[in-house]
Amino acid sequence: MSASGSTASGSGPGPAPGSGSTGRGGPGIDRGAVLLVTLGVGLALLASRWLMAQVPRWLPPQASTAAPLVDDLFALEAGIGCFLLLGCTAVIAWTLLFDRADKYDRDDGEPIEGNLKLEITWTVIPLVVVLLIAAQAIRVNGQLANMGGKVRVAGAAEALQLVGVDGVAGVPAATSVPSSQSSQASQPSGAQAPKALRFRFSKGASPGLGVTAATNPAAAATDPGVAPVTELGPVVVIARQWSWEFVYPDGVRSAELHLPVNRPVRFRLVSLDVLHGLSIPAFRLRQDVVPGSVIDYRLTPSREGRYRLRDSLFSGAYFASNQTDVVVESPEAFEQWRQAARRSPLVPSPNAAAELWSQRQERGNRGWATVPPGPPPLVNVPLDLNAAHEG
Amino acid sequence: MSTTPIAFDPRALRAPHPVPGAPDNWRRFFTFNTDAKVIGIQYIALALLFLLVGGLLAMIMRGELITPPADLVDPSVYNGLYTMHGTVMLFLFLFPILNGFNNLLIPPMIGAPDMAFPRLNALAFWMFPVFGVVLMASFLVPGGPASSGWWAYPPLSTQNPLGLLINGQFLWILAVAISGVSSILGAVNFCTTIIRMRAPGMGWFRMPIFCWTALAAQTIQLAGLPVLTAGAVMLLFDLSFGTSFFKPEGGGDPMLYQHFFWFYSHPAVYVMVLPVFGFFSEIFPVYARKPLFGYHVVAIASFGIVLLSLIVWVHHMFTSGTPQWMRHVFMVTTMLIAVPTGIKVFAWLATLWRGKLWLTTSMLFAMGGVFNFIFAGITGIMLATVPVDVHVGNTYFVVGHFHTVIFSTITFGVYAAIYHWFAKFTGRMLYEGLGKVHFALTFVGAQLNFLPMHWAGLMGMPRRVASYDPEFALANVLASLGAFLLGVAMIPFLLNLVSSWVRGAPAPANPWQAIGLEWLLPSPPPAENFEHDVPTVISGPYGYGLGHPLVADQARYESRLKEA
Repeated sequence: MSASGSTASGSGPGPAPGSGSTGRGGPGIDRGAVLLVTLGVGLALLASRWLMAQVPRWLPPQASTAAPLVDDLFALEAGIGCFLLLGCTAVIAWTLLFDRADKYDRDDGEPIEGNLKLEITWTVIPLVVVLLIAAQAIRVNGQLANMGGKVRVAGAAEALQLVGVDGVAGVPAATSVPSSQSSQASQPSGAQAPKALRFRFSKGASPGLGVTAATNPAAAATDPGVAPVTELGPVVVIARQWSWEFVYPDGVRSAELHLPVNRPVRFRLVSLDVLHGLSIPAFRLRQDVVPGSVIDYRLTPSREGRYRLRDSLFSGAYFASNQTDVVVESPEAFEQWRQAARRSPLVPSPNAAAELWSQRQERGNRGWATVPPGPPPLVNVPLDLNAAHEG
Repeated sequence: MSTTPIAFDPRALRAPHPVPGAPDNWRRFFTFNTDAKVIGIQYIALALLFLLVGGLLAMIMRGELITPPADLVDPSVYNGLYTMHGTVMLFLFLFPILNGFNNLLIPPMIGAPDMAFPRLNALAFWMFPVFGVVLMASFLVPGGPASSGWWAYPPLSTQNPLGLLINGQFLWILAVAISGVSSILGAVNFCTTIIRMRAPGMGWFRMPIFCWTALAAQTIQLAGLPVLTAGAVMLLFDLSFGTSFFKPEGGGDPMLYQHFFWFYSHPAVYVMVLPVFGFFSEIFPVYARKPLFGYHVVAIASFGIVLLSLIVWVHHMFTSGTPQWMRHVFMVTTMLIAVPTGIKVFAWLATLWRGKLWLTTSMLFAMGGVFNFIFAGITGIMLATVPVDVHVGNTYFVVGHFHTVIFSTITFGVYAAIYHWFAKFTGRMLYEGLGKVHFALTFVGAQLNFLPMHWAGLMGMPRRVASYDPEFALANVLASLGAFLLGVAMIPFLLNLVSSWVRGAPAPANPWQAIGLEWLLPSPPPAENFEHDVPTVISGPYGYGLGHPLVADQARYESRLKEA
């Protein structure tokens, strides 16, 4: 294989059509082949560039500070991938077009057993490419800084006590915390847990439980010139089979997640039963909610609108219905919403799983076994099942 | 002549092997037969039957998903269907069918008369119908089959809503555990056979790549399966006997199960894909009429994949609360797998390059499979990237990705292998026309089914849902149409298999002019392959166009085939 051949296949992507003519032309460098390869690489680059520009059309709106970072990384990979796929497809297509044996031709092809330079090239180039992608991903991860820590607890009641929430429908309030691990956190329910509480794996993220100043560089970068933004939270996210409930620091309970735009928010994720996943595609963020752990999580919404919040980790019969909305609004609108919510009485939120369950009971409880849905959460702000969402 | 007595001893019909001159003895396939070639066909036939079961479940699922609301079946039923679809396809279709090919191919390829432990081999096979029946029986128990997904993550999998001892999840875990034991027995056998029973002169670097990849895959089985089986037993105890290995209330941790599960179940994908890499490496040289490009590197890359595959499992747990440093380590190891797999892909493309391609059905499936695998590799790198996985993990993007691996690569490879070796082991030629119809329908169906899933996932559609928001409707309609097309594609395939085996043209010993010990045997090979006349291998396995013989005294073996 000639030099032009190794460039084409070595970068994997190279549209190798040209190197074929090189081979046919003999050992010397065939100008036509060089031209073809150059043209092919150029076209593949243009196509990849075009594909990268299409990426936003495949994705929901960018509604958090994480979204542009994730999307850029994805577009980079889509571009590299497109180039590689075109290159390999060009080789396959070329062989299909020009290397087919005639109907009665039973001869062998040219017995090429290998080419050390070429093999080294196509080992080293992918190695370098994936390491560069990994380095970029690690950099992005550092900027995202979503993960706080987690604290192990012995069950739902202990988790709720740790985050200072009581009166959750269907869960008896814990009277004492048996586990020594979190005994330092046992406080009269409703009170904030002490700051001394140690969250594991909290490197780079503020482990404090109270309101802290924003430390997320990505968040800070979005509104320069504005006085330091205080973090909202912690908002306790309670996942269960099958509903979401959000408890704000002032005690407001909601079945929808309302957040002020451009202000970092900190969450405490609690599951009352099985594994769930907190996923907001418009934010490009997802975090499992693990029974037996209270997980600290942080993000910054950056665009007003109503977006879907879904359960992303399979949680049983009505998993698909376990979704609600995130409403990102201006600080003023958020404040109004919160004031109104504080004055509203607690009501059971409409719940898709409960409706489907009652329909199933009416039809004679046919279907395969499942645990029944838990009681719908008692909230100040019920869920609007019919509101239109953007992504 | 009309009174001529039958020309064979009727006892031949009960013989463990076909008797020359007598009608084929079908009963041997229903006995505890220790012949690897019988066991291979037993595995493949039963696995294809379960492919139909798994495919039927898939089509009910796609029928449910063709419209946004859950209107065809109850969501609880959907959950059971998707759980069983995944389980059937992995444990009752792919693992067994690949074990079938191990049985058929390994002994003839290395010149061995049979497996190292024939009775153990038959025992491993007969566990397959046992756990198949156990798993199918779970459809009949009160409460229906397991419905916590093929991951069976606790605490969901241990909820046991009806409180019965014998329930779908119980039978599911039992079946997976028996399947694990069966696969470990198989792995011991395959590894021993490859290491100890090669023909004289067949050093490691004269061994066909399929044997390399089979050895690599079975090494993973030996390293990983005990961990999964132990995890399954602990889960069974949590479910039925009140332990709390994985229950936070009792001091356990659900995360522990995820480690047990993925430590094996990610490498399990390599257990399935490595033999298929072997198929590609065997098939391309034959139909491109060229030596495999870079044989040594391709062989060694298999073990590069084995090593890496054992240290990537946490990429399934990027959002489980895994610390940042650990996410970074496992992201890098996962991405590194692109290097040995890339070596293989480029080697196959270079093997095609300037060959003399025969576009048989087998070749079409192999080329289609490699094309799909390149696409799946690219989306695999995307999923390995932590921030991207945080967005698309557990969405239909993942479903699209792994079906492109499991179906559009691995199953394509299995089809390629069937079209390539059917003649050798049944003695009948498959009909190429129906084969090409099968390929065309399968290729189009696969793209239509799995490409739109990536799009739905990027938009945020979670996997495993029985209902979804209306914005995902278009992608799902396309996917469902593709799935039904794949169902249609099974018709020419099955028609071809059955009719060709019953009355296809008799196959010559070497219909593809292929190089390899198995092609120096008659079609079908006799019970003990070369028996006492094992050839001495004197050159590498892919000498196309090089003009030197594979074995000493090759002319004698070839002329003997012509006489027969």
